[in-house]
Amino acid sequence: MQYLILIYADERVYQTMTQEETLAMLAGYTRFSDDLRSKGAHLGGNRLTYVGNASTVRVRGGRAQVTDGPFAETKEQLGGYFLVEAEGLDAALEWARQVPCAVRGSIEVRPVWSMPAGPA
Amino acid sequence: MNSPLSTVEHLEALFRRDYPALLAPLLRRCGGDFERAEEALSQAFTEALMRWPKTGLPASPAAWLAAVAKRRSIDVRRRGLREQRALDALASTGAEMETDRDSPGEPDSGADLLGLIFACCHPTLSEEAQVTLALNALCGLPALEIARAFLVSEVTVAQRLVRAKAKLRANGACVEAPAAERLAERLPAVLRVLYLLFNEGHAATRGEHWQRSELCEQALRLAAHLAERLPDQPEVEGLLALMELTHARRAARLDSSGFPVLLADQDRAVWDRAALERGRGRLAAALARRQVGPFQVQAAIAALHGSAPTAADTDWPQILELYRVLLALEPGPVVALNLCVALAEVAGPAAALEELERQGLSASLDGYLHLHSTKASLLARLDRPEEARRALRRALELADNRAERALLLGRLQALEPERGDDGGPREDPCP
Repeated sequence: MQYLILIYADERVYQTMTQEETLAMLAGYTRFSDDLRSKGAHLGGNRLTYVGNASTVRVRGGRAQVTDGPFAETKEQLGGYFLVEAEGLDAALEWARQVPCAVRGSIEVRPVWSMPAGPA
Repeated sequence: MNSPLSTVEHLEALFRRDYPALLAPLLRRCGGDFERAEEALSQAFTEALMRWPKTGLPASPAAWLAAVAKRRSIDVRRRGLREQRALDALASTGAEMETDRDSPGEPDSGADLLGLIFACCHPTLSEEAQVTLALNALCGLPALEIARAFLVSEVTVAQRLVRAKAKLRANGACVEAPAAERLAERLPAVLRVLYLLFNEGHAATRGEHWQRSELCEQALRLAAHLAERLPDQPEVEGLLALMELTHARRAARLDSSGFPVLLADQDRAVWDRAALERGRGRLAAALARRQVGPFQVQAAIAALHGSAPTAADTDWPQILELYRVLLALEPGPVVALNLCVALAEVAGPAAALEELERQGLSASLDGYLHLHSTKASLLARLDRPEEARRALRRALELADNRAERALLLGRLQALEPERGDDGGPREDPCP
């Protein structure tokens, strides 16, 4: 069995944390990942950049519509995820429009957190 | 030798003209980091301001600025890296440093500018963010001026800019033109934003000035750049033709006291014949490709207005037909209103008023100044002055621009009972 653990929290909290609080949180995540790894339970995981960086793709009638903002229809639920390596947003959107469910659902694309590029 | 004043003037002209072309290559070199690119460019302008009065103007001022800004962008990055070192150490994943992607194989600055234009209009940004970013990054307008133009606070605009730039940066290298097979999807947003920039200059919606020529000229330059880079796109050529044909009338759009003059009352002798000719030539080339689109149709309408020696010679039947084509291509109440204006000239004000109500425009465009202004002119021609005055008063409530208010007030006075003026002015209400 494999499980995807999704982390939901109010992201505004991270932006008001002191540096000490941030460091403590990051250390907590490092411990958690190390723990998972040591038990062979770690398949992958990432921090995402803030939700304001999201794009959403819908393919309707063969045409892809890209819009700003996160996917927010509460009547649809997260049904899976892919972690892809892409050169940039346009390349990632090319993958997103090929996801089979893009023709009925919405595919949200979020860049994964990387330190030098900055969070937001 | 150059006096300090002339240096400032040179730099202002360079800033207005070349800002996006200078910013674009820096942005690519900085991996889409607007903040770093802008800081480097602003340092280059500051250095020029201090050095040029002593050394004289360099042979190519723009190339000098580009070279200095490029060096400064590297300095800015080094400093940024020092400051970030502590945080970098925390990165858990193998985070690679961005590298300066320099020659060999460095794209030319024209390609960079094309990339910047497309980046500003990327669908990952809201339309509001697209226009704001375009005014800032393509026209060099600071947040304060954008805030004045849109009647929002400077803080709001500044936040919108920070978020848009941060989003592009966080999303990686999207400061580039789309692949050829995606051009058809991406181009309409770019054309729409460029036309908005042009219109903001052509009839500044708010504030003291009716026209801001420098915005029009920048939009024209950007559209020309697009046409040069994307030669097979008839809508790009159509947009450029539309801008040229509209801009050709600029000298006649204001009277000696700076107030707007309606199309029908303009002194056609001061229209820019060469620009009209250029616009017509471009339009003909676009239409020859036989892929009609909304900008080509609007350019065709502008060309017909531009070809009439007097307002009475305007080919209204053909303009009416073109509005029908435009309405089919791009249904919407504003186009429908324009169609009614043309209809009034072909079939009379009663038919136009009837069509206007049949299309439900009184409801759908109630907050739109030109609806009430058009209704007022139709009602005046039907000798219904009381209703005409009411429509003008409603239009006045909606006018944010001082010059526009003056124009409406003049019309209202002309409708006072003792004055027996004939039909009202009939400007094409195209926004």
